[in-house]
Amino acid sequence: MEIQEPIISPAHDDYPLIEVSELTKRFGDVTAVDNISFAVLQGELFGFLGPNGAGKTTTISILTGLARPDSGAIKISGLECTKNPKAAQNLLGVVPDDSNLYPELSGFDNLCFCASLYGMPKHERQTRANELLETFGLTEAANRKFAGYSKGMKRKLTIAAGIIHKPPILFMDEPTTGIDVSSARQIRQLIAELHRAGTTIFLTTHYIEEAERLCERIAFIVKGRVVKIDTVANLLQPIQERKVMLISISNSSANDLYIKLATAFPRYEFQTISAEQFRVESVGTISIGPLVRFLENQGAEVTEARRIRPSLEEVFVQVTGIEVGLLRKEKEKGGGG
Amino acid sequence: MKRWIAFWNIMLKDMRAYYLKPPNISWGLIFPIAWTGMFFIRTGGSLDSILTLLPGVIAISILFGTTSLLAVTITFEKKNHSFERLLLAPIPLELLMLAKTSGAILFGVVNAFVPIILASFLTDISQVIWSIMLPAIVLVAFVSTFLGLFIAVSVSEVFEAQTFSNFFRFPMIFLCGLFFPISALPVFLRPLSYLLPLTYGVDILQGAILGQRIFPIGLDFSILVGFCIVLFYVSLRNIHRKWII
Repeated sequence: MEIQEPIISPAHDDYPLIEVSELTKRFGDVTAVDNISFAVLQGELFGFLGPNGAGKTTTISILTGLARPDSGAIKISGLECTKNPKAAQNLLGVVPDDSNLYPELSGFDNLCFCASLYGMPKHERQTRANELLETFGLTEAANRKFAGYSKGMKRKLTIAAGIIHKPPILFMDEPTTGIDVSSARQIRQLIAELHRAGTTIFLTTHYIEEAERLCERIAFIVKGRVVKIDTVANLLQPIQERKVMLISISNSSANDLYIKLATAFPRYEFQTISAEQFRVESVGTISIGPLVRFLENQGAEVTEARRIRPSLEEVFVQVTGIEVGLLRKEKEKGGGG
Repeated sequence: MKRWIAFWNIMLKDMRAYYLKPPNISWGLIFPIAWTGMFFIRTGGSLDSILTLLPGVIAISILFGTTSLLAVTITFEKKNHSFERLLLAPIPLELLMLAKTSGAILFGVVNAFVPIILASFLTDISQVIWSIMLPAIVLVAFVSTFLGLFIAVSVSEVFEAQTFSNFFRFPMIFLCGLFFPISALPVFLRPLSYLLPLTYGVDILQGAILGQRIFPIGLDFSILVGFCIVLFYVSLRNIHRKWII
């Protein structure tokens, strides 16, 4: 997935709009959410990053009132919501991972109906629905039944339905999963715009690049536990100084060369990616000349050598111990993202 | 005010999306005619016997109209997750479920008038006590709808909703005095009749149309109201317990 939208970082004050402490949810023997605590600040775009089954959707369900926690406390905008999730529901917009609009209604009617659930008067909801249909490029499909929409259109209308009542807090569960690249890009731009406009966004995703580009702070969640929370800048800081290169070879196996390389270049760390590719990592500069000469002396032909920008992916792997391949597989399963 | 905007629009949406669809309207028309025709032919009676069939046909029209549609639509919305959208709205669950059931209640009341209008063309209905008949129809529509709600929140699949509905509905046809008096049932079946809400609804209707009742009218109304409250709150409890997990 290639993401080219600009990283956004609007200013926000330090008022915690969502406060979660020691939240736990079990389904039988399975602990879906395990004693997690975090706060989301007003105006912040907060990412919840983890593989499928990590507890992201369950957390959203609890925070929005669709599930009850076994223990822990939730405050939204200062309101105690643990026992009374209805208390703050008028402040929340929710975009679920599955489009949950009414298949038998048109796009326009779906939006008007969703607005009416928040008590918006008829004229206001019709104006707002038309405005959103235009923003999301769905004006032409406004009178078509939702059932006939494409996946990308469905997702866009679901987002429009989530923000129809202009909520100050928006929960988005995997908003770009399973849709084509172009729609995913449009949706990311819309998320960035909503954030710029001051909406506090709680975004769950298993796309590391998406979280890195969009979010200001990220929580890594694995097996129901939050293993790390920090700003993207702070998360990346420890690996920023490290230099990483990816070297591709032919005529020889990277596996066979691994020990020889490690012995000849003790300052570098080597990792075999495949029989034709390995990764070199170093705190200082990597001198490519001696490396290439050494490989050629061993009978290998260097076909490519490129520097890799350390990304959040590295941090995620280091912190969670989850192989990137696993997330990639999920990404492929999910679709275009 | 905001809550009532939501209430009104939930009801309107359901009416437009489900109840006012041509197949349902035709079902509302054909069903009572079919039942009246069947018993009319079976009894071989005169046109006057239509009046004796009327309480049963009204009750069955309401029962089948409300339970089948409500149980199926709620199960369908639960299955495709659109029901979650309602649960996310800032409306108390009680009001939300009243809104959700109000369309079915209205549909049931309208269904009740199909056999009444038909009967008015075929026989004299001037002796009907409307002041009793109308609240009885509304109350039977409420209790049948809440039975449909109870069924909807007890199952997870649409086909289960249909099957489970029939589990209640078909015995009611024979046990609630719709077409055969309860006194004609075997003694061991009669207690079952008294456990079913429609028995009391039909009793009021028979009193209003034919002037014959088994129970005092106050008792009939009280028991029906009691069934409504119990079915509604058990359904709400089930939603809390099973759907907001």
